[in-house]
Amino acid sequence: MRRRAIFGTSLAVVAAMGLSACGGGGDSGASNTVRVTLANHVWTENIKKALPEFEKQTGLKVEVTQLGEDQLSDQYNVKLNAGSSDIDVMMYRPLQEGKLFAKNKYLADLSDQVKANKTWDFSDFQAGPVEATTHEGKPVGVPIITEQEVLYYRKDLLAKAGLSEPPKTLDELKAAAAKIKAAEPDIAGFVARTGKSPAVTQFSSFLYSFGGDFVDGSGKSAVSSDAAKQAYAYYGGLIKESGPANVSTDMGWPEAMAIFTQGKAAFYTEANSLYKNATDPAKSKVSDTVGFAPFPAGPAGSKPYNIPSWALGVNASSENTGNAWKFIEWATSKEQTLAQQKSGVPGARTSVWANPEGTSTFPKDLVEAIAASTKAGVGHDRPLVVKVAEAREIVGQPIVDAITGNDVAAAADTANAAFQKFLDDEAK
Amino acid sequence: MATITTTKAPRSAPTDPETPGWVRWANDHRKWLFAAPAMIFVAVLLVFPLAWTGYLSLTDAEGSVRAESEFVGIQNYLDVLTDTERFWPAVGRTATFTAVALLFEVVLGMAIALLLWRPFKGQRWVRVAILMPLVATPVAVGMMWRLIFDPNIGLANQVLGWVGIGPQPWLAGQHSALPTTIFIDVWQWTPMVVLILLAGLTSLSEEPQEAARIDGASTWQRFRHVTLPLLMPTLTVAILLRGIDALKTFDILYATKGRGGGSFHEVETLNVYAYGLSFDYNEYGVSSTVLILFFLIIIGAMWALTARRKEAQR
Repeated sequence: MRRRAIFGTSLAVVAAMGLSACGGGGDSGASNTVRVTLANHVWTENIKKALPEFEKQTGLKVEVTQLGEDQLSDQYNVKLNAGSSDIDVMMYRPLQEGKLFAKNKYLADLSDQVKANKTWDFSDFQAGPVEATTHEGKPVGVPIITEQEVLYYRKDLLAKAGLSEPPKTLDELKAAAAKIKAAEPDIAGFVARTGKSPAVTQFSSFLYSFGGDFVDGSGKSAVSSDAAKQAYAYYGGLIKESGPANVSTDMGWPEAMAIFTQGKAAFYTEANSLYKNATDPAKSKVSDTVGFAPFPAGPAGSKPYNIPSWALGVNASSENTGNAWKFIEWATSKEQTLAQQKSGVPGARTSVWANPEGTSTFPKDLVEAIAASTKAGVGHDRPLVVKVAEAREIVGQPIVDAITGNDVAAAADTANAAFQKFLDDEAK
Repeated sequence: MATITTTKAPRSAPTDPETPGWVRWANDHRKWLFAAPAMIFVAVLLVFPLAWTGYLSLTDAEGSVRAESEFVGIQNYLDVLTDTERFWPAVGRTATFTAVALLFEVVLGMAIALLLWRPFKGQRWVRVAILMPLVATPVAVGMMWRLIFDPNIGLANQVLGWVGIGPQPWLAGQHSALPTTIFIDVWQWTPMVVLILLAGLTSLSEEPQEAARIDGASTWQRFRHVTLPLLMPTLTVAILLRGIDALKTFDILYATKGRGGGSFHEVETLNVYAYGLSFDYNEYGVSSTVLILFFLIIIGAMWALTARRKEAQR
């Protein structure tokens, strides 16, 4: 009899555990909670501060998950691959993951939504960024942050070296960097990203300014063109000769920016959207002496990239698409974009750039540099392919070879063959 | 010696006629019934993922696992096994990393354990201090060492500067990166070997030591011919546990050199490579192939080590 009682109880416990495991998660259809996944970015910090206003307006609750760029990518890979519905709104990089996500049908078609609200005004968004968030003619995202590459420099070091203005050409940049490094052995003349993959985007402006591109007009790999070889040699050579001592080949922007903001470098080419890191006294030792200039001109002129770096999209598997769009509509509204831009995040709306208020808080020289960049800028900063990470590693190899003093021309030829094979595979 | 007697329960409990049928059935199958949750757990969390990975490794899945993929048979295996650019160097690095780290950890661990074996004043504090690295998260450890080894602003080069040695590239160098990560692994995991060996040493009986001492054996002779053979089973356990862990190391490498194991794949081991294939390249088929091969390597290494352990115990 006692044994029976034990079995009775244990089975009841097992059954109860089973039932409770089944409970919860049965949420279907629209919910009052919008689950938003965002990257670590100034934009995100700003939007988080403004959230209560949105929640009050709509009665919705917003749940923010915030991750670093790499972790964000991994998260999407896992969750979207599994068809998970627990992300409603996703912040993504149109040039990095846009094609892959759209091809995998992770991003919902927003054709109807963007037309619905006239005051929100989709036509106000700049054409280039919109093109990057459009897949097969259908909008699948709304651009929120744009970027151009500009030259960051130290006014005090320039003055010390007897230079009255920032370099206008790449030749002048090279000469100025060498001069400063020679005069101040502890300070690098020039710093920039050195990691194989992180460097590619910032190298792109050098490539374009030398007259090259990753892919030529007929869709063939062009990373071994004369222009490309010159650009690789220039970029790597500049870091090798005028860069920081013991330079590593792993630097992304946080490392390169740290060297610059610690006062250890005179010139730095980087995305303008990161400028607050250099001008904010809390983060930068050189905040009061930082100047900005347009990207120096190469043989083909000054051709920096001008790209949308982040966009918002709706997860196609979300069961809460209506509310997800409400969030995007609010976060990308004219008011929010203006507020974002005033706190230093360059946006994608024409009207905000036309509004003097929209640029009032930017350093004056940065506004001029941005204006110059948007005129001559190129719409991409990495190869426009589906598997961007792989492509970046291929075309980035000659950069690190140039930095470490290997044969640049040979590296470019090897990269070219590998990249052509990659393009052929992808075209299949 | 106490004698332990085990009484075997009768296969089926005596049942009285009013017992309902399901209870009788449950009683008869209780062995399976109680094991069922564990078996289901193992099936769901171990067998299924492994089978799924095995299946993926035979397809050309890429981009998205949900996208249509074609069955390609052993093509991925042929591709991977003939890949001398990424796969075989990664195998080599995995083997080097494991072997060198393990060697240092076992030798150092043994030395430290022997030092801590005999009681001394303040022993508890020393033991706690030695265990510190063990309780830190590997990612945090990686980040900490990355800062220390920074070629320009790191502490390591500053310290070298004080004694008049020029700056070293450490993690930044193409050839010094792997040794540096091995150093970090040794720093973090030697304490674990110390812990295991110390437990083994303290449980050894004193008599053989006494006997050897009376016979006039030197310290080294006692260690070589008494302590070491007696400690062998514990030592193999330590090697087994640490060896498998070292083979699988990921976090320290990822935290110090990032994706792809650095610009020249300096520290790209099999784990880092497979991670890159999945999360950077979205090539799930090839990535699964690498993981299956890696799994076989681990099983092989484990088998070889347990075989050694059985031999040692004989």
